[in-house]
Amino acid sequence: MSFFDYFRSKSEPSSADLARERLKIIVAHERGTRSQPDYLPQMQQEIIAVIKKYIAIDQDKVSIQLDSNDECSVLEVNVTLPE
Amino acid sequence: MAKIIVVTSGKGGVGKTTTSAAMGTGLALNGFKTVVIDFDVGLRNLDLIMGCERRVVYDFVNVIKQEANLSQALIKDKHTDNLFVLPASQTRDKDALTKEGVGAVLEELSETFDYIVCDSPAGIEKGAQMALYYADIAIVTTNPEVSSVRDSDRILGILQSKSRRAENGDEPVVEHLLLNRYNPERVDAGEMLSVEDVEEILAIPLLGVIPEDEAVLKASNSGTPIILDKESHAGQACADAVQRLLGKELEHRFLHAQKKGFFQRLLGGK
Repeated sequence: MSFFDYFRSKSEPSSADLARERLKIIVAHERGTRSQPDYLPQMQQEIIAVIKKYIAIDQDKVSIQLDSNDECSVLEVNVTLPE
Repeated sequence: MAKIIVVTSGKGGVGKTTTSAAMGTGLALNGFKTVVIDFDVGLRNLDLIMGCERRVVYDFVNVIKQEANLSQALIKDKHTDNLFVLPASQTRDKDALTKEGVGAVLEELSETFDYIVCDSPAGIEKGAQMALYYADIAIVTTNPEVSSVRDSDRILGILQSKSRRAENGDEPVVEHLLLNRYNPERVDAGEMLSVEDVEEILAIPLLGVIPEDEAVLKASNSGTPIILDKESHAGQACADAVQRLLGKELEHRFLHAQKKGFFQRLLGGK
């Protein structure tokens, strides 16, 4: 860092901060999908296909998640219907 | 019974082979009979890094296919006693490595060696999975850079689900983080992930931090493992990592930038 750098603003996060935050998010996300059963992606596709058969809907309006805690697993299907 | 160590990373070019050569040499220097095996079938390079490329006659695949026996294929290292290299095949495809074949070779090596260091190929395909399958200990080599850290996390997932220990429900593979090409100046300037950042994200114990060092390229140019360059910071950091692997507690070195003089600071010189 040179003498002149001291006059620059320090407000924006450093690139290393950005790297750390991006990594934390993607690594947490990928660890979540790692424990998913192998059939889940295929099942997601098929559930979406069934919904689309009856309702005209965008793919991104459907979210399907499998959450598990100690006692049970919950399959959560969230569909945002068009107006 | 030998301890089987895999040097793995997921991502290529982060220093797996350099680390395998250094760790293997370091273990041999400490009196343990050690063999380093190149699992990168088709892209063999451990022989070059260890300086024995002109003495390769038979290779790992020849031994698996029983076209040669181990004593014919093992190359005795010329720098260090107690150290041997088992080179990868340069011509076959990676399907030549089978679980049974690799297992039989490792078992035979286990009878006479103390440590077996498996130098994994990059990626998460068959070659990489074979290299880590039989491991007792994993050294996950990582660079302080986003794609390398992400791939290291991926390989940790594979160690925890696809290794023999995971499949058999045995004690899990012991995981170690080795952070290569660390540049404390760039960390201080906020341009590089710090060792604390990488430790926090991967959440595995730190075996060592190898500083970015011009000596590493010079060592590979001449085919001498970096750990033998005792003057270099990278060589000293590797020697420390070997001691930690053997159970010693040593403080990490070379984590901080060297202090600059007043004029260097003022002028922003390197």
